[in-house]
Amino acid sequence: MDDTTVYRTTAWSAGPGCHGGCGQKLHVKNGKLVRIEGDENHPWNQGRSCPRVLAMTQYMYHPDRITRPLKRVGARGEGKFEPISWDEAYDTCEKRLNEIKRKYGAESAIFVQGTGRDIGGPITMLAYSYGSPNWVQLGLSGHSCYTPRLGAMKTVMGDFAVADCSQYLERRYEDPQWKVPEIIITWGQNSTMGCPDGFFGSWVVDCMKLGTRIIAVEPRNTWLSSRALHHLQLRPGTDGALALAMINVIIGEGLYDKEFVAKWVQGFDALRERAAQYPLDEVAKITEIPAQEIAAAARAFARAKQAAVQWGVPVDMCPDGTAVAHAITCLSVITGNIDKPGGQVIARPSHGVTSYPFSTEELVKLYGADLIARLNEKRIGADVYPMVKNFRGWAQPDMVIDQVESGVPYPVKAAWIQTANVVGGQSARAKFHLEALKKLEFIAVVDLFHNPTTMALADIILPAATFPEKDSIRSWWAPLISIKKRVQVGECKSDWEINFELAKRFNPEGMKRWKTLEDMFNERLAPSKMTVADLQQQGGFKMPEDGPFKPYFRHERGLLRPDGKPGFNTKSGKIEVYCDTFEGWGMDPLPFYTEPPQSERSTPELFKKYPLVMITGARSQLFFHAEHRQIPWLREKLPDPTVEIHPETAKKYAIYDGEWVYLENDMGRVKRKAKFSLQVKRHHVHTMHGWWMPEMEGKAPSLYGVGDFQINNIIPGPQCAKSGFGGGQYKTTLCTLAKISA
Amino acid sequence: MANYSLLIDYDYCTGCHSCEIACQQEHGYPVGTNGIVVKEYEYEAGGRVRIDYLPFFTPHCDLCKDRRTREPTPACVKHCQSACMEFGLTKELAARMGDRNRLVLYTHNPGR
Ligand code: SF4
Ligand code: SF4
Ligand code: SF4
Repeated sequence: MDDTTVYRTTAWSAGPGCHGGCGQKLHVKNGKLVRIEGDENHPWNQGRSCPRVLAMTQYMYHPDRITRPLKRVGARGEGKFEPISWDEAYDTCEKRLNEIKRKYGAESAIFVQGTGRDIGGPITMLAYSYGSPNWVQLGLSGHSCYTPRLGAMKTVMGDFAVADCSQYLERRYEDPQWKVPEIIITWGQNSTMGCPDGFFGSWVVDCMKLGTRIIAVEPRNTWLSSRALHHLQLRPGTDGALALAMINVIIGEGLYDKEFVAKWVQGFDALRERAAQYPLDEVAKITEIPAQEIAAAARAFARAKQAAVQWGVPVDMCPDGTAVAHAITCLSVITGNIDKPGGQVIARPSHGVTSYPFSTEELVKLYGADLIARLNEKRIGADVYPMVKNFRGWAQPDMVIDQVESGVPYPVKAAWIQTANVVGGQSARAKFHLEALKKLEFIAVVDLFHNPTTMALADIILPAATFPEKDSIRSWWAPLISIKKRVQVGECKSDWEINFELAKRFNPEGMKRWKTLEDMFNERLAPSKMTVADLQQQGGFKMPEDGPFKPYFRHERGLLRPDGKPGFNTKSGKIEVYCDTFEGWGMDPLPFYTEPPQSERSTPELFKKYPLVMITGARSQLFFHAEHRQIPWLREKLPDPTVEIHPETAKKYAIYDGEWVYLENDMGRVKRKAKFSLQVKRHHVHTMHGWWMPEMEGKAPSLYGVGDFQINNIIPGPQCAKSGFGGGQYKTTLCTLAKISA
Repeated sequence: MANYSLLIDYDYCTGCHSCEIACQQEHGYPVGTNGIVVKEYEYEAGGRVRIDYLPFFTPHCDLCKDRRTREPTPACVKHCQSACMEFGLTKELAARMGDRNRLVLYTHNPGR
């Protein structure tokens, strides 16, 4: 009918910004994306889309989008940038970073990313080619973004696991191998609000329609909690106590899966004893959930033939996130739900291909054991925290920023910031981050729009491509995916392309085996015996076939261990609920509970002054973290940053609905518009994170209003789990409300 | 003339906003114009707070007249994340409503 071509692809990061995974159809006309639609033949989303992907045309062709490399020409914060060529941009980054390496050592440059976008692959390649061990989600206190959960699962079970909503089966809900989970616990996860960690949130809704009942572990009232069989409305941060109490009920009442435990679990008696230290009455007081509700939920979960847990980042953000993830993992383990249809299925990167390294094993596979061991010597935090040293390759974020400030034990002089708006986004004590980073000698930022970070800090800005503008591969659980570039916007390049070019400059010898990025993708795809071209021919994705990468019951069939024996991929072949490995690292081998650092219990004096528990970070489908505030169709639906206040609480503070107010504590104050809401309990308030105002002045000191609206200005830090993974006070900071009019 | 309608199983509307943006993309509607608008409701029932969402249709909804010459379903129906909307003949949808709970049928007969 017209000259529009339709291409099928998969969304991952830039654009919707998310962790990706859905199939989309790009309608391209004269080299431009004119429309985007969900791909009804993609098993992941079956035609559905989120608002952010549907607004892609406004995002990609936004008048404010950065489409050429820029260099700063004024002072930092003056907002003066000039377009330059890619050659000049690459040359500058190469020269400046090499100077810093010569003067201070490669470890003096940090490589900073945000959440699980298509970034772990390209940024580790760049950092390690340059020689720096310091790959970090800078600002994210406790590194609390899936890594604590990944680390706990991998260490305890030898693998990761996810809620089974049939996502490994091409025919999905129709496939007779799959069973509907009788129960899904949505643990700190408001599933209808997005797609975290390779999981399409609305799969939970699909399951509900097929009969799944929900246990919502959620301090707020949500759509999901309204419909839940049990709503465990816990005090924020007390998840660990709740999980242990549930374990205690299940073991105490003999509701655990005796056969599974006898055959596949190590350390069950020790777990029983530990859980016995969390009696219902005591935990009811800690969590503010009635004891009988906890018991009823535990029984329902244990009695279900198959039950799953879909969990979220609040688990990581508990004071000891690793231990909480350990406890919740134990719930699935003792009820025998592991790798069972409709339970918690072992999740491995599809076909054994690494696109985003999730474990030390994968880093070693990509970069060699020698290099990974060597990086540990200077990696910030590896000498302090056992999990930072032994799991994955992150530097510890709270320590990194302190070291930027102090220069001890060695100076930090440069930052490469990619997919992260550090100043307007994830940083707890955001002002401290801003001030500390100003001291750096060189900062390059790869992004798509100006934001508080580019304005305040960038010396060089490199314009990144969105997903229709890039080539990539993706193996985050399943299926295996190739993403193909279909359009070009300005001079934008993908994160992969940018990092590939610079990595070649820093490490010509090591990178010379790949002439093109596709050569490298093909080498990484080797375990699948497919190439990018093969994948494209098959429609861009391929589900894993029966074997180590596809459920079910792989432990029984000898598909999980390298030696081919039945069992789990741990030393003992069993799931180590009493975890020798943790013990060997000087950690508690069993799960435990830690009280949040600020609370009525731990800081009663502070609580008198600041009697409201501030929960931040609930998701919206309209914005991904600190993005999308400039997209007209999205912003229209939520124009102002609100704080949800219970109407009775608002009355106490004499605040009217819609009034602009301050959220306040000893760290400062942040502006919000009051929204009366029954979604929060009387002594809680909730506010969304990631707010800055693209329509306001970009130049310092305004920095798009980040000083007024960035909620993390009043989130304290550092607070890190004993393991090094977990913590951050994003859900548990105490505050009060104040009127703006004096 | 065939009468078409949209059937909403509003117990399953999660307020995801996909329908709204889908409609705006489909018609190229600017901010301020939309064929569908989603509202949030909070109330207490059965000793619990309930959060519900319900989309409603405005005169800007043309039931995706143009689109349906190319695609089987309206943009909002196709992209709805909880698949809680159906499009079809009024009579057929109405007949299917009888024994189900909490549905809304939106008829579309401009000029009547
Ligand atoms: S949030 Fe979900 S539907 Fe939207 S682009 Fe990401 S993966 Fe796709
Ligand atoms: S049917 Fe079409 S026009 Fe009507 S609301 Fe849905 S998308 Fe908009
Ligand atoms: S797309 Fe569906 S679930 Fe989402 S708001 Fe609209 S009707 Fe509700």
